[in-house]
Amino acid sequence: MASHPVAETLPGGHAESGHDIHRIRKTAMWVFLGSECLFFGAMIATFLLYRNSTGDGPGPEIFDIPFTSASSFVLLMSSLTMVLAHDAFERGDSRQARVWLGGTALLGSTFLAGQIFEFTEFIHEGLTLPTSPFASSFYMLTGFHGIHVAVGVMLLMAMFILSLNGRLYDDRGLNVELVGLYWHFVDIVWIVIFTVVYLLQVL
Amino acid sequence: MAVTAERVDLRPPGERGVWSWLTTVDHKRIGLLYGVTAFAFFFIGGLEALLIRLQLAQANGEVLSADAYNQLFTMHGLTMVFLVIMPIAAAFTNYFLPILIGARDVAFPRLNAFSYWLFLFSGIMIYSSFVVGGSPDGAWVGYSPLATQITETVRMDYWAIGLNLLGVASIASSANFIATVFTMRAPGMTMLRMPVFAWMALVVAFLLIFSLPPVAIGLFQLFLDRNFGALFYQAAAGGDPLLWQHLFWLFGHPEVYVLILPAMGIISEILPVFSRKPLFGYEFVVFSGAAIGFVGFGVWAHHMFTSGMGPVAEAGFGIATMIIAVPTGVKIFNWIGTTWGGRIRFQTPMLFSLAFIAMFVIGGLSGVTHAVVPADTQQHDSYYVVAHFHYVLFGGAVFGYVAGVYYWFPKWTGRMLHEGWGKVHFWLMLIGFNLTFAPMHILGLNGMPRRTYQYGEGLGWDFWNLIATVGAFTIGVSFLLFLGNILWARTRGIPAGNDPWDGRTLEWTISSPPPVHNFDVEPVVHSLDDFWHRKYAEDEEGRLVKMPAVTGGTLVETGGEGEGDTHDAHEDIHMPSPSYYPALSSLGLVITGYGLIYLSWGWAAVVVGMMITLWGLFGWSLEPITREEH
Amino acid sequence: MLTASLFIAAISACSGSGPQSSLEPEGPIAQDIDDLWEFVLILATIVLVIVLAVFVISLIRFRERKDDQRRPRQVHGNTRLEIAWTILPAVLLAVLAVPTVQGIFDIRTPPEGPDVLQIKVTGHQWWWEFEYPDITSDDGRTLLTANELHIPAGTRVNLTMTSADVIHSFWVPPLNGKRDVVPGRVSFLTLVASEEALVADNGFGPGVVLGQCAEFCGLAHADMRLRVFVETPEDFEAWAQQQLEPAAVPTEGAAAAGFETFNQVCTACHQATVSQPDGTVETIGLENFIEARGADSPFWSSFGPNLTHFGSRTTFGGASLDNVTDHLTQWLANPSDLKPMAPEYNDLAEGRILGMPNFGLAPDEIANLVELLQRWE
Repeated sequence: MASHPVAETLPGGHAESGHDIHRIRKTAMWVFLGSECLFFGAMIATFLLYRNSTGDGPGPEIFDIPFTSASSFVLLMSSLTMVLAHDAFERGDSRQARVWLGGTALLGSTFLAGQIFEFTEFIHEGLTLPTSPFASSFYMLTGFHGIHVAVGVMLLMAMFILSLNGRLYDDRGLNVELVGLYWHFVDIVWIVIFTVVYLLQVL
Repeated sequence: MAVTAERVDLRPPGERGVWSWLTTVDHKRIGLLYGVTAFAFFFIGGLEALLIRLQLAQANGEVLSADAYNQLFTMHGLTMVFLVIMPIAAAFTNYFLPILIGARDVAFPRLNAFSYWLFLFSGIMIYSSFVVGGSPDGAWVGYSPLATQITETVRMDYWAIGLNLLGVASIASSANFIATVFTMRAPGMTMLRMPVFAWMALVVAFLLIFSLPPVAIGLFQLFLDRNFGALFYQAAAGGDPLLWQHLFWLFGHPEVYVLILPAMGIISEILPVFSRKPLFGYEFVVFSGAAIGFVGFGVWAHHMFTSGMGPVAEAGFGIATMIIAVPTGVKIFNWIGTTWGGRIRFQTPMLFSLAFIAMFVIGGLSGVTHAVVPADTQQHDSYYVVAHFHYVLFGGAVFGYVAGVYYWFPKWTGRMLHEGWGKVHFWLMLIGFNLTFAPMHILGLNGMPRRTYQYGEGLGWDFWNLIATVGAFTIGVSFLLFLGNILWARTRGIPAGNDPWDGRTLEWTISSPPPVHNFDVEPVVHSLDDFWHRKYAEDEEGRLVKMPAVTGGTLVETGGEGEGDTHDAHEDIHMPSPSYYPALSSLGLVITGYGLIYLSWGWAAVVVGMMITLWGLFGWSLEPITREEH
Repeated sequence: MLTASLFIAAISACSGSGPQSSLEPEGPIAQDIDDLWEFVLILATIVLVIVLAVFVISLIRFRERKDDQRRPRQVHGNTRLEIAWTILPAVLLAVLAVPTVQGIFDIRTPPEGPDVLQIKVTGHQWWWEFEYPDITSDDGRTLLTANELHIPAGTRVNLTMTSADVIHSFWVPPLNGKRDVVPGRVSFLTLVASEEALVADNGFGPGVVLGQCAEFCGLAHADMRLRVFVETPEDFEAWAQQQLEPAAVPTEGAAAAGFETFNQVCTACHQATVSQPDGTVETIGLENFIEARGADSPFWSSFGPNLTHFGSRTTFGGASLDNVTDHLTQWLANPSDLKPMAPEYNDLAEGRILGMPNFGLAPDEIANLVELLQRWE
């Protein structure tokens, strides 16, 4: 296994013409996030189509705006800690980077716990996936976002563990900058979802 | 060269055997895997087509039951679109995109391998449905609520899950190709010096990146409807079946350009070579391709002119559809302009390319007739539409890809395909194709709907159906010849040398087959058709003058900064090491897919599959890219 | 290639024939569509011929000959030409767009007025239900029939359509283009048959035009056909009055025994309006339907075709089978023998009816039923 961070693990033949592996990876990540925009776009469009198709089941009136606002705030704060983690990593301060990575994962998990709690409440109030097209599209959209957050938390924790052994390198596919991009994207998507699904429906 | 071989120790753990193929990350090997797999699926899909034609050869045909027929036409469409044309395009892109832009590999060699294995495993998964109770039978478009109606069988679950897995593979390879084009071009290879094929590959990658997500969401919704009682498409509960059609065609129409643009790229490479002239209006061909891709996102609802969107939307989409004919026409005129004034050699790659143009003109014009909405209300879902899209996707795409095979086979194998047999193949295929699909225009206008397993007597459809069946078997024979030619030429064809066609682009500067690292020395590009300009100059009149000193393919130019001898340059070449993690990760995903299809008892498979995938992905992201053995 | 495509164009222009052909319009709407189609075809053929001619000329003129030492001029492009061949097709398409947009609004404008015949159409897997809401009997029943649509020539007919299950598409090419029939939505289509259609005979009798479902709707999609009978207004009126009459309950013989079976077995899905010997009129089977589906189904009225005047229809089984004794006997013995269906998935409560099950009727029961159904003209 590699014990020295960068240099020799550049992919084939790229060193000579100076292809920058970071640039290559970031390009691909941006393309992937562009694709993700349409994933969420399609689900948000579905939700808007069905926002009034509540059938006999409950509608947006069961949303608990103060609660969801709080959990949204937690998720937003995690973007800040992510920035701090990246910053610390860039400075080479792996100890502090580790702290912020852990903090980001923790905030993400808090958000997830909030979402699980919220889903449980809604189910108690009679809003399940087969209740109405409204319910189906609500759970699919917020559920998919939740899965994205969960994947992000897993990546953060993996990086956290790697950093304990001093094996967190810049040149790996799993690196702080790429995960950071992903994490910020998931946050931004949540701002859109929170606005469209929660705030606009209740207003 | 012995020194070189020793120093450029590229793939230490052997280049032979199944394991080397399973773990390969070489874009050329992956390209060949794509090609061979797509070709195999082509024969399966073709066999399905022949069974369909046998059934329809006469009124009240009884070769197939309705159930078998519905499975076969569904699988024929699904196979040809997702398991043949997309992967054959991926084969060409994989093999040639890096070489054409002067790179040694794609941006993410292992992600590339992952895409291939996921495609292969998903294809096998979809086909495994045949032996466990029937394959998907709701047409490749899977219109809801028909697709969600019968949940007692898992046929349409195979379809929903299988297509989504194929979509993951396509998104991964598209991101890969985009990153490759944007970041890995050789010095001097500006965007507007890229061969048209590379451009079209780039446009296609963007089309896939943005068109697959909507249909992926639609497929998930169908899956949730079928298995978890969700109500996305249940009209009685307030769901809207038309939502599916919008999500599907938002993907499905760009998909048409995904299938045809790489073929257009291929013939844009072939025409100049065999006309001994540069491509007429290179910039216009490139930008019209990009325009087709862009406008292609705004015309999806012309597949829904009979669904009741309202006259305003119908008029809008009708006009948008007409607009897309303009850049398509520009391409055709430029191709014809390329041949004008040239010295045209009618060798097999050229013949197929010329047929592409002629057949595509017919398919394009019948496409314009669809844009005339009132007329389309008669043509829609009739055999006229079947005729139209086969003129585009067979007369167009398949002819283009076959042209590509004849053109680049020497580069893959170092040997030429047999020219005589190739010409027999060409004429048989062209005649068979027109016999099969031209009559379908008439059948459709005479009221024959598609996707029908039988038709009654007295409708006046018998004669043309019989002709179409005869044509289909003619096509079948022509492809057996093609297969025979390939198998023969692999070992006994005439040795090709580096540059058998007097080519224009970088792939002809290197040996056939190319070395693992493609270029001994990274090429430095000075112009469009760089290799051509190293061989030929132009006199005052703009006529071709052969430059004396250079012979094709042996040319070496020292690249990069600084001089240094070639051996120094070689020392820097580290090709990525083989890895089994890509195959492992994709295997895990397919196991997960099986688990989802058989949800009632498949949860264990879902968990196991996800764990395998995670294992693969983590192993993948943590292993060093090149093995450190020295 | 050129000759081949010319041949194709020529053939498709003049080989319109058959009872289900869009190239042989039997009414003004289909005629308008056909005129527009021919205009497009001529335009497209001209473009095709010119483009392919230039192409072929180029190939012949600039082919490599033996010992050809020509050195082609390296032309890289010509901006003026590019602009020309961008604008030219655009102009041509603009010409095409005008009648297209006009045509769209023409065919999408529903007919209005007191003389319009209203018909409600429901697509079922795999048959068509037709209801004439304005043609009612004295006791308020509407005219119901299946698979065979009767319309008066020269009258504008407004179809109001929906589906009981999956998406279908109503298509009678000689009368109009197709229109999808979508569950949860209502769509409209106008049919007008010309006077000439009364006598036109395409092999299925004068005044008969054929159509069929054009959107893939499952197993027996191919057998979801329909026939339109174009009649004089007088004949149509007579037919309508006759169809409104209840069917008589037979009192003796095979038909009476058949009625017993009908009442026990068939009414689970089918309905028939019958007059008892004492003169009371009732619709049998209706209760079963309401019990399963509720009374508020605005469109469709039963799980299977209404059989009151079954004997008067020329076909059955989604208009895919001639209504003759042999077929009927075979059908009752096992329906799926004659038409592919999947009754094993039937779920009345869910409204999922995928065909008529085999009820295991004895031969004499079948014969009695045949006797009854043929009598109910």
